Amino acid sequence: MKLKGWKEITPGAVILEAGSSAEFKTGSWRAYKPVWIKENCIQCLFCWLYCPDMAIKVKDGKREEFDYDYCKGCGICALECPGKKGKKAIVMEEEGN
Amino acid sequence: MSNIYAVTGNEAVANALRQINPDVCAAYPITPQTDLMQRFASFVSDGLVDTEMILVESEHSAMSACVGASAAGGRAVTATSGPGLALMWEILFVASGMRLPILMPVVNRSLSAPLNIHGDHSDAMGARDSGWVQLWSENAQEAYDNTVQALLIAEHMDIRLPIMVCLDGFIISHSIERVEYLDDDIVKNFVGTYKPQNPLLDIQHPKSIGPLILPDLYTEYKRTQHEAMSKVKNIVLKTADDFAKISGRKYSLFETYRLDDAEIGIVILNSAAGTTKDVIDIYREKGIKVGLLKPRLFRPFPYEEIRETLQHLKALCVLDRCDSFGAFGPLYTEIASSLYLSENKPIMINKIYGLGGRDYMPEHAKIVIEELIEIANTGKVKLFKDYLGVRE
Ligand code: SF4
Ligand code: SF4
Repeated sequence: MKLKGWKEITPGAVILEAGSSAEFKTGSWRAYKPVWIKENCIQCLFCWLYCPDMAIKVKDGKREEFDYDYCKGCGICALECPGKKGKKAIVMEEEGN
Repeated sequence: MSNIYAVTGNEAVANALRQINPDVCAAYPITPQTDLMQRFASFVSDGLVDTEMILVESEHSAMSACVGASAAGGRAVTATSGPGLALMWEILFVASGMRLPILMPVVNRSLSAPLNIHGDHSDAMGARDSGWVQLWSENAQEAYDNTVQALLIAEHMDIRLPIMVCLDGFIISHSIERVEYLDDDIVKNFVGTYKPQNPLLDIQHPKSIGPLILPDLYTEYKRTQHEAMSKVKNIVLKTADDFAKISGRKYSLFETYRLDDAEIGIVILNSAAGTTKDVIDIYREKGIKVGLLKPRLFRPFPYEEIRETLQHLKALCVLDRCDSFGAFGPLYTEIASSLYLSENKPIMINKIYGLGGRDYMPEHAKIVIEELIEIANTGKVKLFKDYLGVRE
């Protein structure tokens, strides 16, 4: 995305478009990335419930992949995930590895 | 019916606010401003204005409520003094950064400690970098006239910036003077109908205000504020011209007094300028060529115009009614910056005077003029910055 110059922006930083926060991709803030280990997932949806950024995609009541465009990598999902038989279904990995 | 009244500075400003009839006023009492808002609150209670008066629990809240009301699309006003302005600090920058044309008379008062309630410029000078336009007023008439003009400046579509109208606490706010009011209708027409820019209450066009702006855009927003400030000067002059047509009273960026042929000069703000002019008359009778410059628009500061006006002097004293501890006074540093580009510039000294309401007397102006005569003759300066009227 090309960044705007000072002559192109709205005075007072008013955002004139409703619902435009979807365009603000916060995924670039991430230092650690959550990784989903499908075989350990019991589909409890705790991760979906706890995620502060709605970055867990859910379809037909089932958890799907992370939405990495918005996941900031806070690690809350990994902390809350009960997993299966003591094995976590979400682990945090350092970005860029 | 005559439009001439004997009123205090606070009364005159409250009357200007009544004539402006703002949509919202959020205020919290603080000496010496209290009596201004008390009078305005009476107008609200008596049904003389349509204003929604919000009584808040602090100045931080007063300014926050003004920000909300102004963002919603209303004309918002408040008033404060000294520590009240200090408590508004955070929100002053929110108001200017969001480009909300809020009007705020500031009845200048010192800052604690030691606790003091009297006239002093520490409050508004401390707020000089907050992105607000500042008009300063010598007397009750100027405070009234500046208040009437302020909204037109603030609300100009090219700038949209909040504005302070400064007047000296007690010396002006509580002294009774002769003030000439404009008719209610004339002021009403002069300030016109407010056209908000991107108001929140325009619900057909939903919008968000106050977003988080990170390093990739913050500088660009600050640059727009700098740009807006650079346009203020011409709008102040244009508004002054329009105001002269309805009042017969002429204003500019600053006032000069017997300065054209002067060899020595004094720069001083607000009420003390009156006393200084009297003493200048005494010295002029003795053949001493002394003159005065009294800034009106302090933010943005009119550097070029002031340079043109002062550069011919041999010696100049800038008097500050507040100190910037460990530095020259805030007015001095601006005047010095103005003159920096001149090839021939006066020798400049700085005096700190009148703190915490200490009277500025004719003898103080005399001390300054005598010192300036000495400097102009010898080219020698004893102390570039010193306190005036202080006991050893
Ligand atoms: S790391 Fe945080 S932001 Fe990312 S999916 Fe998990 S809870 Fe949501
Ligand atoms: S919290 Fe863990 S186990 Fe539960 S749905 Fe999310 S990934 Fe699966």
